[in-house]
Amino acid sequence: MTPTRKKRLILISLVVMGVGVATAIFLTAFKDNMMFFKSPTEVSQNDFPENRSFRLGGMVKEGSLQRIDNSLKIRFSVTDYGADVQVEYEGILPDLFREGQGVVTIGQMREDNVFAAEEVLAKHDENYMPPEVSNILQTEAQQ
Amino acid sequence: MGSPPSFYRITGYWLKPLLILAMLLMVYGLVDGLFFAPPDYQQGDSYRIMFVHVPAAWMSMFIYGIIGVSGIIAFVWRMKVAEAVMMASAPIGALFTALTLLTGMLWGKPMWGTYWDWDARMTSELILLFLYIGVMGIYSAYDDDPRKAARLAALVAIIGLVNLPIIRYSVVWWTSIHQGASISLMGGNSGIKEWSMLRPLLVMALATKFYYLYSMLHRARSYLLRTEQNKSWVIKQVIED
Repeated sequence: MTPTRKKRLILISLVVMGVGVATAIFLTAFKDNMMFFKSPTEVSQNDFPENRSFRLGGMVKEGSLQRIDNSLKIRFSVTDYGADVQVEYEGILPDLFREGQGVVTIGQMREDNVFAAEEVLAKHDENYMPPEVSNILQTEAQQ
Repeated sequence: MGSPPSFYRITGYWLKPLLILAMLLMVYGLVDGLFFAPPDYQQGDSYRIMFVHVPAAWMSMFIYGIIGVSGIIAFVWRMKVAEAVMMASAPIGALFTALTLLTGMLWGKPMWGTYWDWDARMTSELILLFLYIGVMGIYSAYDDDPRKAARLAALVAIIGLVNLPIIRYSVVWWTSIHQGASISLMGGNSGIKEWSMLRPLLVMALATKFYYLYSMLHRARSYLLRTEQNKSWVIKQVIED
Protein backbone atom coordinates (compact mmCIF):
# COMPACT_ATOMS: atom_id res chain seq x y z
CA MET A 1 0.00 0.00 0.00
CA THR A 2 1.36 3.41 -0.90
CA PRO A 3 1.82 5.94 1.92
CA THR A 4 -1.01 8.18 0.66
CA ARG A 5 -3.46 5.27 0.61
CA LYS A 6 -2.34 4.22 4.05
CA LYS A 7 -2.89 7.75 5.30
CA ARG A 8 -6.38 7.86 3.82
CA LEU A 9 -7.22 4.45 5.28
CA ILE A 10 -6.06 5.55 8.74
CA LEU A 11 -7.98 8.79 8.38
CA ILE A 12 -11.19 7.06 7.42
CA SER A 13 -10.86 4.45 10.20
CA LEU A 14 -10.36 7.23 12.73
CA VAL A 15 -13.44 9.04 11.44
CA VAL A 16 -15.55 5.88 11.63
CA MET A 17 -14.26 5.03 15.09
CA GLY A 18 -14.88 8.56 16.30
CA VAL A 19 -18.42 8.64 14.97
CA GLY A 20 -19.03 5.15 16.34
CA VAL A 21 -17.85 6.03 19.83
CA ALA A 22 -19.80 9.30 19.80
CA THR A 23 -22.97 7.49 18.73
CA ALA A 24 -22.46 4.80 21.37
CA ILE A 25 -22.03 7.41 24.11
CA PHE A 26 -25.05 9.35 22.85
CA LEU A 27 -27.24 6.24 22.76
CA THR A 28 -26.15 5.12 26.23
CA ALA A 29 -26.77 8.57 27.65
CA PHE A 30 -30.27 8.69 26.18
CA LYS A 31 -31.06 5.03 26.80
CA ASP A 32 -34.13 5.87 28.87
CA ASN A 33 -35.49 8.25 26.25
CA MET A 34 -34.95 5.69 23.51
CA MET A 35 -37.11 3.17 25.31
CA PHE A 36 -40.45 2.96 23.57
CA PHE A 37 -42.42 2.04 26.67
CA LYS A 38 -42.22 1.58 30.44
CA SER A 39 -42.72 -1.87 31.92
CA PRO A 40 -45.27 -2.54 34.69
CA THR A 41 -42.36 -3.19 37.09
CA GLU A 42 -40.95 0.29 36.43
CA VAL A 43 -44.38 1.86 36.75
CA SER A 44 -45.10 0.09 40.04
CA GLN A 45 -41.83 1.51 41.38
CA ASN A 46 -43.10 4.98 40.47
CA ASP A 47 -40.55 5.28 37.69
CA PHE A 48 -42.75 7.20 35.24
CA PRO A 49 -43.39 10.83 34.26
CA GLU A 50 -46.24 12.36 36.25
CA ASN A 51 -48.98 14.44 34.66
CA ARG A 52 -47.65 13.57 31.27
CA SER A 53 -48.51 10.89 28.72
CA PHE A 54 -46.21 7.91 28.48
CA ARG A 55 -46.33 4.42 27.03
CA LEU A 56 -46.89 1.35 29.16
CA GLY A 57 -46.08 -1.97 27.54
CA GLY A 58 -46.33 -5.61 28.49
CA MET A 59 -48.62 -8.60 28.24
CA VAL A 60 -52.38 -8.46 28.69
CA LYS A 61 -52.82 -10.61 31.80
CA GLU A 62 -54.81 -13.80 31.20
CA GLY A 63 -58.30 -13.56 32.66
CA SER A 64 -58.03 -9.85 33.50
CA LEU A 65 -60.12 -8.45 30.64
CA GLN A 66 -63.46 -6.96 31.76
CA ARG A 67 -65.95 -5.24 29.49
CA ILE A 68 -68.10 -2.65 31.18
CA ASP A 69 -71.73 -3.07 30.15
CA ASN A 70 -73.43 -0.67 27.74
CA SER A 71 -70.20 1.08 26.78
CA LEU A 72 -66.98 0.62 24.87
CA LYS A 73 -65.09 0.80 28.16
CA ILE A 74 -62.78 -2.04 29.06
CA ARG A 75 -60.44 -2.77 31.92
CA PHE A 76 -57.48 -5.10 31.87
CA SER A 77 -54.12 -5.61 33.57
CA VAL A 78 -50.80 -5.24 31.85
CA THR A 79 -48.16 -7.52 33.30
CA ASP A 80 -44.49 -8.32 32.81
CA TYR A 81 -44.84 -11.31 35.16
CA GLY A 82 -43.19 -9.21 37.87
CA ALA A 83 -45.85 -6.57 38.45
CA ASP A 84 -49.31 -5.70 37.14
CA VAL A 85 -50.82 -2.36 36.23
CA GLN A 86 -54.57 -1.80 35.87
CA VAL A 87 -55.53 -0.14 32.59
CA GLU A 88 -58.80 1.46 31.59
CA TYR A 89 -59.58 2.24 27.98
CA GLU A 90 -62.55 3.38 25.98
CA GLY A 91 -62.56 2.82 22.25
CA ILE A 92 -61.92 0.32 19.53
CA LEU A 93 -59.20 -2.25 20.06
CA PRO A 94 -56.81 -3.49 17.36
CA ASP A 95 -57.50 -6.94 15.88
CA LEU A 96 -54.57 -8.55 17.59
CA PHE A 97 -55.57 -7.40 21.07
CA ARG A 98 -56.15 -10.49 23.22
CA GLU A 99 -55.27 -11.91 26.59
CA GLY A 100 -51.77 -13.29 26.82
CA GLN A 101 -50.56 -11.11 23.92
CA GLY A 102 -48.28 -8.10 23.92
CA VAL A 103 -49.74 -4.62 24.12
CA VAL A 104 -48.51 -1.02 24.20
CA THR A 105 -50.84 1.52 25.78
CA ILE A 106 -50.45 5.30 25.67
CA GLY A 107 -51.95 7.42 28.42
CA GLN A 108 -51.52 8.85 31.90
CA MET A 109 -51.41 7.44 35.39
CA ARG A 110 -54.40 8.49 37.47
CA GLU A 111 -54.43 9.27 41.19
CA ASP A 112 -56.05 5.90 41.96
CA ASN A 113 -53.15 4.06 40.29
CA VAL A 114 -55.20 3.09 37.26
CA PHE A 115 -53.58 3.82 33.92
CA ALA A 116 -56.04 5.75 31.75
CA ALA A 117 -55.16 4.77 28.18
CA GLU A 118 -56.02 7.01 25.25
CA GLU A 119 -54.61 4.61 22.71
CA VAL A 120 -54.00 0.87 22.71
CA LEU A 121 -51.60 -0.74 20.26
CA ALA A 122 -51.13 -4.47 19.84
CA LYS A 123 -47.62 -5.90 19.77
CA HIS A 124 -47.04 -9.24 18.11
CA ASP A 125 -43.97 -11.43 18.18
CA GLU A 126 -41.82 -12.91 15.45
CA ASN A 127 -43.12 -16.46 15.85
CA TYR A 128 -45.26 -16.82 12.76
CA MET A 129 -46.75 -20.28 12.35
CA PRO A 130 -49.74 -22.00 10.78
CA PRO A 131 -52.79 -22.51 13.06
CA GLU A 132 -52.31 -26.31 13.08
CA VAL A 133 -48.79 -26.00 14.46
CA SER A 134 -49.93 -23.61 17.17
CA ASN A 135 -52.72 -26.05 18.15
CA ILE A 136 -50.22 -28.90 18.44
CA LEU A 137 -47.89 -26.73 20.53
CA GLN A 138 -50.78 -25.80 22.81
CA THR A 139 -51.90 -29.37 23.41
CA GLU A 140 -48.29 -30.34 24.07
CA ALA A 141 -47.98 -27.54 26.57
CA GLN A 142 -51.13 -28.66 28.37
CA GLN A 143 -49.96 -32.27 28.71
CA MET B 1 -12.83 -6.05 -13.40
CA GLY B 2 -11.04 -3.16 -11.75
CA SER B 3 -10.74 -1.05 -14.84
CA PRO B 4 -13.86 0.59 -16.32
CA PRO B 5 -13.52 -0.91 -19.85
CA SER B 6 -13.25 -4.51 -18.66
CA PHE B 7 -15.95 -3.98 -16.02
CA TYR B 8 -18.22 -2.62 -18.74
CA ARG B 9 -17.45 -5.50 -21.11
CA ILE B 10 -17.75 -8.38 -18.62
CA THR B 11 -20.89 -7.22 -16.81
CA GLY B 12 -22.59 -6.74 -20.18
CA TYR B 13 -22.94 -10.52 -20.41
CA TRP B 14 -24.46 -10.81 -16.92
CA LEU B 15 -27.38 -8.42 -17.26
CA LYS B 16 -29.88 -10.63 -19.08
CA PRO B 17 -29.35 -13.79 -16.98
CA LEU B 18 -29.59 -11.75 -13.77
CA LEU B 19 -32.84 -10.11 -14.86
CA ILE B 20 -34.41 -13.42 -15.93
CA LEU B 21 -33.35 -15.10 -12.68
CA ALA B 22 -34.71 -12.20 -10.62
CA MET B 23 -38.06 -12.19 -12.42
CA LEU B 24 -38.55 -15.97 -12.23
CA LEU B 25 -37.68 -16.08 -8.53
CA MET B 26 -39.87 -13.08 -7.78
CA VAL B 27 -42.91 -14.56 -9.53
CA TYR B 28 -42.36 -17.91 -7.78
CA GLY B 29 -41.77 -16.27 -4.40
CA LEU B 30 -44.82 -14.01 -4.61
CA VAL B 31 -47.18 -16.77 -5.80
CA ASP B 32 -45.82 -19.13 -3.16
CA GLY B 33 -46.05 -16.53 -0.43
CA LEU B 34 -49.43 -15.07 -1.32
CA PHE B 35 -51.29 -18.26 -2.24
CA PHE B 36 -49.53 -21.37 -0.95
CA ALA B 37 -47.98 -20.43 2.37
CA PRO B 38 -50.32 -21.21 5.29
CA PRO B 39 -52.00 -18.34 7.17
CA ASP B 40 -50.54 -17.25 10.51
CA TYR B 41 -52.23 -18.47 13.69
CA GLN B 42 -52.56 -14.89 15.02
CA GLN B 43 -52.61 -12.59 12.03
CA GLY B 44 -54.36 -14.75 9.46
CA ASP B 45 -53.59 -13.60 5.94
CA SER B 46 -52.36 -10.13 6.86
CA TYR B 47 -48.91 -11.41 7.72
CA ARG B 48 -48.28 -12.16 4.01
CA ILE B 49 -47.13 -8.59 3.50
CA MET B 50 -43.91 -9.71 5.16
CA PHE B 51 -42.91 -11.57 2.00
CA VAL B 52 -42.35 -8.12 0.53
CA HIS B 53 -41.53 -6.19 3.70
CA VAL B 54 -38.81 -8.41 5.15
CA PRO B 55 -36.80 -8.96 1.92
CA ALA B 56 -37.06 -5.23 1.17
CA ALA B 57 -35.81 -4.42 4.67
CA TRP B 58 -32.90 -6.82 4.30
CA MET B 59 -32.03 -5.22 0.95
CA SER B 60 -32.22 -1.72 2.40
CA MET B 61 -29.44 -2.66 4.82
CA PHE B 62 -27.51 -4.98 2.49
CA ILE B 63 -27.28 -2.29 -0.21
CA TYR B 64 -26.16 0.28 2.33
CA GLY B 65 -23.43 -2.13 3.39
CA ILE B 66 -22.30 -2.39 -0.25
CA ILE B 67 -22.34 1.40 -0.54
CA GLY B 68 -20.23 1.69 2.62
CA VAL B 69 -17.65 -0.84 1.46
CA SER B 70 -17.40 0.61 -2.06
CA GLY B 71 -17.28 4.02 -0.42
CA ILE B 72 -14.20 2.97 1.55
CA ILE B 73 -12.60 1.56 -1.62
CA ALA B 74 -13.46 4.72 -3.54
CA PHE B 75 -12.11 6.94 -0.78
CA VAL B 76 -8.86 5.09 -0.08
CA TRP B 77 -7.97 3.54 -3.42
CA ARG B 78 -9.78 6.02 -5.72
CA MET B 79 -11.18 3.19 -7.83
CA LYS B 80 -13.58 4.40 -10.51
CA VAL B 81 -15.53 1.16 -10.56
CA ALA B 82 -16.13 1.45 -6.80
CA GLU B 83 -17.45 4.98 -7.30
CA ALA B 84 -19.77 3.68 -10.02
CA VAL B 85 -21.04 0.82 -7.81
CA MET B 86 -21.60 3.20 -4.92
CA MET B 87 -23.54 5.83 -6.85
CA ALA B 88 -25.45 3.21 -8.84
CA SER B 89 -26.58 1.48 -5.63
CA ALA B 90 -27.86 4.55 -3.80
CA PRO B 91 -31.21 5.09 -5.57
CA ILE B 92 -31.97 1.35 -5.54
CA GLY B 93 -31.29 1.18 -1.82
CA ALA B 94 -33.38 4.29 -1.22
CA LEU B 95 -36.29 2.69 -3.07
CA PHE B 96 -36.01 -0.53 -1.05
CA THR B 97 -35.95 1.56 2.14
CA ALA B 98 -39.03 3.49 1.06
CA LEU B 99 -40.74 0.20 0.19
CA THR B 100 -39.83 -1.16 3.63
CA LEU B 101 -41.31 1.86 5.38
CA LEU B 102 -44.43 1.85 3.22
CA THR B 103 -45.22 -1.86 3.57
CA GLY B 104 -44.41 -1.61 7.26
CA MET B 105 -46.96 1.16 7.67
CA LEU B 106 -49.58 -0.78 5.73
CA TRP B 107 -48.90 -3.78 7.96
CA GLY B 108 -48.79 -1.73 11.15
CA LYS B 109 -52.23 -0.17 10.80
CA PRO B 110 -54.32 -3.37 10.90
CA MET B 111 -52.01 -5.32 13.24
CA TRP B 112 -50.64 -2.81 15.76
CA GLY B 113 -53.35 -0.21 15.30
CA THR B 114 -51.11 2.59 14.02
CA TYR B 115 -49.35 3.48 10.79
CA TRP B 116 -46.37 5.01 12.48
CA ASP B 117 -44.86 5.47 15.89
CA TRP B 118 -41.40 6.63 16.83
CA ASP B 119 -40.01 3.34 18.03
CA ALA B 120 -36.30 2.68 17.59
CA ARG B 121 -36.63 0.32 14.61
CA MET B 122 -38.84 2.63 12.58
CA THR B 123 -36.85 5.75 13.44
CA SER B 124 -33.50 4.18 12.54
CA GLU B 125 -34.92 2.87 9.25
CA LEU B 126 -36.19 6.36 8.45
CA ILE B 127 -32.70 7.71 9.18
CA LEU B 128 -31.37 5.14 6.71
CA LEU B 129 -33.64 6.64 4.04
CA PHE B 130 -32.25 10.10 4.85
CA LEU B 131 -28.70 8.74 4.61
CA TYR B 132 -29.40 7.42 1.12
CA ILE B 133 -30.87 10.76 0.14
CA GLY B 134 -27.86 12.50 1.71
CA VAL B 135 -25.39 10.41 -0.30
CA MET B 136 -27.25 11.21 -3.54
CA GLY B 137 -27.72 14.84 -2.58
CA ILE B 138 -24.05 15.49 -1.80
CA TYR B 139 -23.08 13.86 -5.06
CA SER B 140 -25.37 15.98 -7.19
CA ALA B 141 -24.64 19.17 -5.25
CA TYR B 142 -20.99 19.01 -6.31
CA ASP B 143 -21.52 18.77 -10.03
CA ASP B 144 -18.36 20.32 -11.50
CA ASP B 145 -16.15 17.33 -10.66
CA PRO B 146 -17.88 13.93 -10.48
CA ARG B 147 -14.80 12.23 -9.02
CA LYS B 148 -14.53 14.67 -6.16
CA ALA B 149 -18.30 14.50 -5.68
CA ALA B 150 -18.11 10.70 -5.42
CA ARG B 151 -15.42 10.96 -2.74
CA LEU B 152 -17.49 13.39 -0.71
CA ALA B 153 -20.53 11.15 -1.08
CA ALA B 154 -18.33 8.22 -0.01
CA LEU B 155 -17.45 10.04 3.20
CA VAL B 156 -21.13 10.53 4.05
CA ALA B 157 -21.83 6.90 3.19
CA ILE B 158 -19.00 5.63 5.40
CA ILE B 159 -20.09 7.70 8.38
CA GLY B 160 -23.64 6.43 7.89
CA LEU B 161 -22.44 2.84 8.32
CA VAL B 162 -22.81 3.42 12.06
CA ASN B 163 -26.58 3.25 11.56
CA LEU B 164 -26.58 -0.36 10.33
CA PRO B 165 -25.91 -2.09 13.69
CA ILE B 166 -28.38 0.32 15.30
CA ILE B 167 -31.15 -0.82 12.93
CA ARG B 168 -30.19 -4.45 13.40
CA TYR B 169 -30.15 -4.36 17.20
CA SER B 170 -32.78 -1.66 17.77
CA VAL B 171 -35.33 -4.28 18.79
CA VAL B 172 -32.85 -5.88 21.20
CA TRP B 173 -31.34 -2.82 22.90
CA TRP B 174 -34.57 -0.93 23.46
CA THR B 175 -38.17 -1.78 24.06
CA SER B 176 -40.10 -1.31 20.84
CA ILE B 177 -43.38 -2.13 19.21
CA HIS B 178 -41.59 -3.82 16.35
CA GLN B 179 -41.06 -7.54 16.88
CA GLY B 180 -37.66 -9.23 16.84
CA ALA B 181 -35.89 -10.85 13.90
CA SER B 182 -38.05 -13.24 11.84
CA ILE B 183 -35.11 -15.47 11.04
CA SER B 184 -32.05 -16.08 13.16
CA LEU B 185 -28.94 -17.48 11.52
CA MET B 186 -27.76 -18.95 14.80
CA GLY B 187 -30.80 -21.20 15.19
CA GLY B 188 -32.41 -19.93 18.35
CA ASN B 189 -35.92 -20.55 19.60
CA SER B 190 -37.83 -17.67 18.09
CA GLY B 191 -38.68 -16.77 14.54
CA ILE B 192 -40.24 -18.73 11.71
CA LYS B 193 -39.83 -22.48 11.96
CA GLU B 194 -42.36 -23.57 9.34
CA TRP B 195 -40.65 -24.40 6.03
CA SER B 196 -43.69 -23.48 3.92
CA MET B 197 -43.50 -19.94 5.38
CA LEU B 198 -39.74 -19.75 5.29
CA ARG B 199 -39.45 -20.85 1.65
CA PRO B 200 -41.19 -17.87 -0.02
CA LEU B 201 -39.27 -15.52 2.28
CA LEU B 202 -35.91 -16.96 1.26
CA VAL B 203 -36.90 -17.07 -2.42
CA MET B 204 -37.91 -13.41 -2.26
CA ALA B 205 -34.63 -12.58 -0.51
CA LEU B 206 -32.75 -14.19 -3.42
CA ALA B 207 -34.98 -12.54 -6.02
CA THR B 208 -34.37 -9.07 -4.60
CA LYS B 209 -30.60 -9.74 -4.51
CA PHE B 210 -30.57 -10.67 -8.20
CA TYR B 211 -32.77 -7.72 -9.07
CA TYR B 212 -30.40 -5.43 -7.21
CA LEU B 213 -27.37 -6.88 -9.01
CA TYR B 214 -29.07 -6.43 -12.36
CA SER B 215 -30.22 -2.92 -11.68
CA MET B 216 -26.98 -1.83 -10.02
CA LEU B 217 -24.74 -3.18 -12.81
CA HIS B 218 -26.96 -1.58 -15.42
CA ARG B 219 -26.71 1.79 -13.67
CA ALA B 220 -22.99 1.41 -12.92
CA ARG B 221 -22.30 0.79 -16.62
CA SER B 222 -24.09 3.93 -17.71
CA TYR B 223 -22.37 5.83 -14.87
CA LEU B 224 -19.00 4.77 -16.30
CA LEU B 225 -20.02 5.72 -19.85
CA ARG B 226 -21.09 9.13 -18.63
CA THR B 227 -18.10 9.94 -16.44
CA GLU B 228 -15.57 8.53 -18.92
CA GLN B 229 -17.20 9.94 -22.03
CA ASN B 230 -13.99 11.48 -23.38
CA LYS B 231 -11.93 8.30 -23.05
CA SER B 232 -11.10 6.26 -26.13
CA TRP B 233 -12.69 3.03 -24.81
CA VAL B 234 -16.09 4.70 -24.53
CA ILE B 235 -15.89 6.08 -28.05
CA LYS B 236 -14.87 2.66 -29.37
CA GLN B 237 -17.67 1.03 -27.37
CA VAL B 238 -20.28 3.41 -28.72
CA ILE B 239 -19.17 2.80 -32.31
CA GLU B 240 -19.34 -0.98 -31.70
CA ASP B 241 -22.82 -0.79 -30.24
